[in-house]
Amino acid sequence: MSDPKIEGFELKPGFSGMAKDTASDQTMFKGVHWGKAMMWIFLLSDTFIFSCFLISYMKGRGSTLIDWPNASEVFGLHVFGVNVPLLLIAIMTFVLITSSGTMALAVKYGYEKNKKMCGWLILATAIGGLIFVGMQAFEWSKLIHEGVRPWENPFGAPQFGSFFFMITGFHGTHVSIGVIFLFIYAYKTFAGHYDEGKRGWFTTMKGDYVEVEILGLYWHFVDLVWVFIFAFFYLW
Amino acid sequence: MSEDFNDNKTIQAQSSEAISGGGSGVGADADYVRPAEVADQDLYHGHSFITKWIFCQDAKVIGVQYFLLATFTGIIGLILSWLMRLQLGFPGLAPFMTAEHYYQFVTMHGMIMVVYFLTALFLGGFGNYLIPLMVGARDMVFPYLNMVSFWSFFVAVAVLLASFFVPGGPTGSGWTLYPPQAILEGTPGSGYGIMLMCISLILFVAGFTMGGLNYLITVLQARTRGMTLMRMPLTVWGIFTATVLAMLAFPALLVGALMMSLDNVLGTSFFMPTILKAGEVLEYGGGSPILFQHLFWFFGHPEVYIVALPAFGIISDLISVHARKNIFGYRMMVWAIVGIGALSFFVWAHHMYVSGMNPWFGFFFATTTLIIAVPTAMKVYNWILTLWRGNIRLNTVMLWCLGFIVTFVNGGITGIFLGNVSVDVPLSDTYFVIAHFHMVMGIAPLMVIMGAVYHWFPLVAGRFLDEKLGKWHFWLTFLGAYSIYFPMHYLGFIGVPRRYFEMYDSPYVTSAVGMNEFISLAAFIVGAAQFILIYNIIKTLKVGKPAGHNPWQACSLEWLTPTVPPEHGNWGDRLPTVHRWAYDYSVPGAKEDFITQTTPPSEVANTEVEKT
Repeated sequence: MSDPKIEGFELKPGFSGMAKDTASDQTMFKGVHWGKAMMWIFLLSDTFIFSCFLISYMKGRGSTLIDWPNASEVFGLHVFGVNVPLLLIAIMTFVLITSSGTMALAVKYGYEKNKKMCGWLILATAIGGLIFVGMQAFEWSKLIHEGVRPWENPFGAPQFGSFFFMITGFHGTHVSIGVIFLFIYAYKTFAGHYDEGKRGWFTTMKGDYVEVEILGLYWHFVDLVWVFIFAFFYLW
Repeated sequence: MSEDFNDNKTIQAQSSEAISGGGSGVGADADYVRPAEVADQDLYHGHSFITKWIFCQDAKVIGVQYFLLATFTGIIGLILSWLMRLQLGFPGLAPFMTAEHYYQFVTMHGMIMVVYFLTALFLGGFGNYLIPLMVGARDMVFPYLNMVSFWSFFVAVAVLLASFFVPGGPTGSGWTLYPPQAILEGTPGSGYGIMLMCISLILFVAGFTMGGLNYLITVLQARTRGMTLMRMPLTVWGIFTATVLAMLAFPALLVGALMMSLDNVLGTSFFMPTILKAGEVLEYGGGSPILFQHLFWFFGHPEVYIVALPAFGIISDLISVHARKNIFGYRMMVWAIVGIGALSFFVWAHHMYVSGMNPWFGFFFATTTLIIAVPTAMKVYNWILTLWRGNIRLNTVMLWCLGFIVTFVNGGITGIFLGNVSVDVPLSDTYFVIAHFHMVMGIAPLMVIMGAVYHWFPLVAGRFLDEKLGKWHFWLTFLGAYSIYFPMHYLGFIGVPRRYFEMYDSPYVTSAVGMNEFISLAAFIVGAAQFILIYNIIKTLKVGKPAGHNPWQACSLEWLTPTVPPEHGNWGDRLPTVHRWAYDYSVPGAKEDFITQTTPPSEVANTEVEKT
């Protein structure tokens, strides 16, 4: 897969190679699976969605008259008698980034047709995502318990709750969708659908390990978005 | 399920034969086309009525479905405009027209026409039908996703129309849906109406994203052998670039609609400032209404070009075919489309000159706005130069093309007025603005749609539309549209404000009344004239003249399918091989006045074709 043989065409590196690919017939991205190209473009579009959210957040935070709550207090945890700022969020971030690692390994084993390792690693990724969503639910319930609502909060500007719940909620939805698909893909891997090219339930297209990589792209993207949300909400 | 796929075996066998092909004999070097990179597409062939015509995965059927649903929605928009003109021309004549209804009709007319009619029709309708045929693909690359895309659009339209039947009716905040008034009591439909509008828009964006990914990947990754990007018909370039814009602009609309829904339902204050109502402070506070305007217009301005770019592309092809000349400056046309698309992301705040933003912003956005006039003017010159000394067939299609150029230039020039801050401020919110944008993105793209329908109907249905009815349709629409919008410029100059339910006894009355009556009468006639097309289509389907193969003697691939209308899979046994661009008309030395894209160079050895 990574070394496509293209008859009658020379793949050149660098800018001249890109220009040659663009000027050629049939495909723009040589040897790239349709689904993979689609996922990249979808992610570009999704980037714009999250950018709009974060820019709106910056605008909202920048123009509010009431002070913004102090992140290290609001998001802190009280464990063993000490206040630890950002503890939960550090664990969440660690889990999510680790799951990106297992996903990358799953892709590698997928292309090696190692069904078992691939399946277990997808499953590990799914469980990592599930832990992340669970911890986010815990954080939400903690904040709601303390009186933070989308329309008001006891710590300062009411927009804090609005933006926090909306943006982390939107991101959490992405993670949850990813987790659902990871479980489905784990099943499909173990059942051998990608080895024998079994047709999909809805799309009727033949299964292939490239699907694992496509889901991987989505998963890494969700992870990357989290890094931005982390920086904007917890470190600012 | 396996029996659904048995047709594929023959197709794939033939494609591997095509790979080994590559030419021997006369002119083998010149005729060489690189072998296929990817295996032939694996298609699902529906057998039942439901999989063939309802939940169909064939892009052509989906295109027709989009076309029909968009047209149906457009007719509702048309009826709403009649009701508005009834009120404006003859106030008090229709007792059911209250101010609330007027605002609701304005809003729904605007949103329906821009998003659910023009966007869906150009990208969903023409995009689905033409892209795979024009680039030589068997179908869109993700047929299942494509089917889901149409049905999301269907649900979006259903939700939109449902808002007519909820308590309070549809939203009446204008198609721009500006907060705070969109969700404040006193605006019609401030509860359920705006909610359904937001949900409908979110569904539309989701559905469109699925379709858009299909169009982009089909163009980028599924072209046939020999089809380079610079050999694609401009129609494909226009739709492709418009889709790129849509993929990057719709996110802003999605975010805006989502935040507005939350303001409405949960009582957040993203867009809601502190508001005093009848002496009491509302619960809202601290939000920014201008933020919504920025989000909306970051979508809204590219949206104008999402409608215009496919129109530019299609008109280029129609003019070229019916003037029997290659399009003048093909590469310039492509770069102009791409350039307009890129620039369209840097002009959005020219819709907000009177919103109270920093004047330096106005300066910046006026500059970028006027720069867009450069590639646009290049395109207009190139259309004119394509017509220059062409062998023009003055048929219905060509009439629509000429009508497009005239109305587009007209609307474009008034755009230059409005792009300048100092001219825009007095003209803002007057009928001049209405006249401008209806001319440039209402009538002009509509002319293209009509031309495209008359041009491609023989492909879709295998029969010619009636020319005589077509000419009536054109002249009534063209002259009627001018009668509607030309006087509106004058109404704007004397200061008649838009979005006013009635002018009552204002000093404009004397000169505006008669003109408003005239405009309304013209609007009734133009609206009615559109039903000529529907009659024409029904009549043609029954007794129309059979068109046969390639009736317009066109070069591009969509006319070269083995069967007319094309079947599922488009190309029968073997995919076409492309040797040239789509514009080899009236080539010196050629026997006929057109050389199809599939003609190898050795067959037209002694001609002066363009090197593409």
